[in-house]
Amino acid sequence: MDIKQNFFEFYGLPEAFDIDLGQLSRRHLELQKKLHPDRYAHLSDQERRLSAQYTAYLNEGYATLRSSLLRAQYLLKLRGIDTHNESSTVMDPLFLMQQMELRERVEEAPQHADPEAELAALAEDVDKMMAPLQAEFCNEILAPEETSVNAAAVAVRKMQFLDKLRREIERLEDELY
Amino acid sequence: MAYSEKVIDHYENPRNVGKMDAADHSVGTGMVGAPACGDVMRLQIKVSDTGVIEDAKFKTYGCGSAIASSSLVTEWVKGMTLDQAAELKNTQIADELALPPVKIHCSVLAEDAIKAAVADYKQKQGK
Repeated sequence: MDIKQNFFEFYGLPEAFDIDLGQLSRRHLELQKKLHPDRYAHLSDQERRLSAQYTAYLNEGYATLRSSLLRAQYLLKLRGIDTHNESSTVMDPLFLMQQMELRERVEEAPQHADPEAELAALAEDVDKMMAPLQAEFCNEILAPEETSVNAAAVAVRKMQFLDKLRREIERLEDELY
Repeated sequence: MAYSEKVIDHYENPRNVGKMDAADHSVGTGMVGAPACGDVMRLQIKVSDTGVIEDAKFKTYGCGSAIASSSLVTEWVKGMTLDQAAELKNTQIADELALPPVKIHCSVLAEDAIKAAVADYKQKQGK
């Protein structure tokens, strides 16, 4: 194990969007066992510190790879694009208009005759929009050309908006019940 | 993080929230979004024949600073000419609301929104 490796290398997984989540969980358990603090109890302070460092890296890696959005953002980051911290606001106007309409619908959902059904329908719409973006990202990120990486970044930015929408829907669902 | 009093005031009593008919030829619509936080902002202006902004409306889905920034801009641009409105700088917004560095991007969003609304109006007029 080496924390200079990226998360995919660390987990022994191919550097791709489409990964085997079952394999990820199994690898995570294996590595966790290897790094269990009890196994290091008899070791020096320095070795224990190192083990704690590995564990922190392991947990961050697991959280990153398990989430499709974080995994996509991470793959872009490895290619030099940080869509999580950028402040560019140039987005497809039609996409933004659609986002605005969806946010309005979400906001009005609690006043809907059947809020539960409305929120479920909205969640389904968001998932339907998310799927093709993920497929697009999956293809583009495999190609090394700059245009493909940029297209992958455009897809991730849209995924970030949809993720926000999804969390907003979940927040309202929590409030309702 | 603590919001300034002005941010809280605009957040709790947002000015000019609403929607105008985007198809109206005297209305300019600016739509912007911040991918990093998923915020979306719509800012609209109604312009007189003499090129003065008569009314402004906004709707923002985002944090308090984003709402306050767009609310403030709609107050400011009323009575301005298109050129004056297009010259608004995010730093003026950030200063007025005392935004902390991590929230400066919200004022940038509002500046982009008013510029987009002016551009949309000008495009409609064929100017």
